[in-house]
Amino acid sequence: MKAPSFAYARAKSLAEAFELIERPGAKVLAGGQSLIPSLNMRLAHPDLLVDINGLRDLKAIELRPAGLRVGALATHAQIEKSELVAKHVPLLAQAVKHVAHPAIRNRGTIGGSLALADPAAEYPACALALNATIVLVNRRGERRVSAEHFFKGLFDTDIRPGELVAAVEFPKVERSVFIELARRHGDYAIIGIAAIADASGKRIAFCGAGATPVLAPNASRAASLDAAQKALEKDLQPPADLYHSSATKMHLAKVLLSRAWNTLSKPH
Amino acid sequence: MEHALETTLTVNGQKLTRRIEPRQHLVDFLREELGLTGSHIGCEHGVCGACTIRVNGEIVRGCLMLAVQADGCSVETIEGLTDSKELAPLQKAFHEHNALQCGFCTPGMLMAAQDLVRAGKRCTRDEIREHISGNYCRCTGYQSIVDAIEETLGQG
Repeated sequence: MKAPSFAYARAKSLAEAFELIERPGAKVLAGGQSLIPSLNMRLAHPDLLVDINGLRDLKAIELRPAGLRVGALATHAQIEKSELVAKHVPLLAQAVKHVAHPAIRNRGTIGGSLALADPAAEYPACALALNATIVLVNRRGERRVSAEHFFKGLFDTDIRPGELVAAVEFPKVERSVFIELARRHGDYAIIGIAAIADASGKRIAFCGAGATPVLAPNASRAASLDAAQKALEKDLQPPADLYHSSATKMHLAKVLLSRAWNTLSKPH
Repeated sequence: MEHALETTLTVNGQKLTRRIEPRQHLVDFLREELGLTGSHIGCEHGVCGACTIRVNGEIVRGCLMLAVQADGCSVETIEGLTDSKELAPLQKAFHEHNALQCGFCTPGMLMAAQDLVRAGKRCTRDEIREHISGNYCRCTGYQSIVDAIEETLGQG
């Protein structure tokens, strides 16, 4: 199908972006790899698209004392090629290979993925497992929200009117694993797991397992894989999709849990 | 043309300026306004890859970019890369390996495959498959496409 009619404006500065997104019916256009399909299918019908791709300052990936700060407009391709990401947040480097296909990775952005909050997407689960901080900005300043408080429901986040995602900050975590099952490489996950281990223990999150990315606190705390697989039933109630029943998804979640657990348990 | 914006872009080396409605995606613009019908439209939501084109040297889904977003960009299509002979080795290999039947996916497939050829790295068959995973072919079963790409990479 063809997109409905809308107006389009390119923000040349953050100040201009704040002014534009406050207009009635305005919607932010980042990489557009989810928004443009939903326009083409007429699932979205904004009055005004505010293209923020010109805000170069939001593209940087930089190492800070607290961790790695990834600008909201960093593309998947940029993340895939980044040595800083591979070295300091290898979970993200593993996950990005599952994000769609090369032509889409050249335009899609991490900020766009987090702001959309598709529960089957990879970055939201990674942000949750790493307890990343999402940095939001508006014309008055900056607000920092932990991933646990950022994802509120199906395609729903803590972003308030007038706010933009500016960056996401990840702690440096070396031991991590990302695995997903999909019908075709690059398609949305049937189910996926993002798991990390650090000094305070394991943190395990799933994508494709609910209305939001889902943290599995009981499985994360378990002392053995057997106990973790049992505990996972308290953490997850994956909804059925067109092809997989809830029971199948639960089974697959346990399979991924065992693969991830064994990888994290290997001496390194 | 209530929201049309003046947009200047370079298509296959030719600079042009048009007034474009924001709702028009880039492949529709190339096909409908410029008559460059080599880039195909399949799904229009980023799944099939038939509309794969190059913008500023990188492959993108032409249906997932608005034509007004190409302002100031250099766009290359199957027509441009055929005329420049850049695609000639791949096209020859596709021909020789019978790597197409109906040909609908072929322009997008060639654009995605040429991305690998340009990178100039050795690839396993799995890596080739991964790179073209975003391009659907419903005729060949991919085997002959991977053969053709492998040969063009000098590994055949």
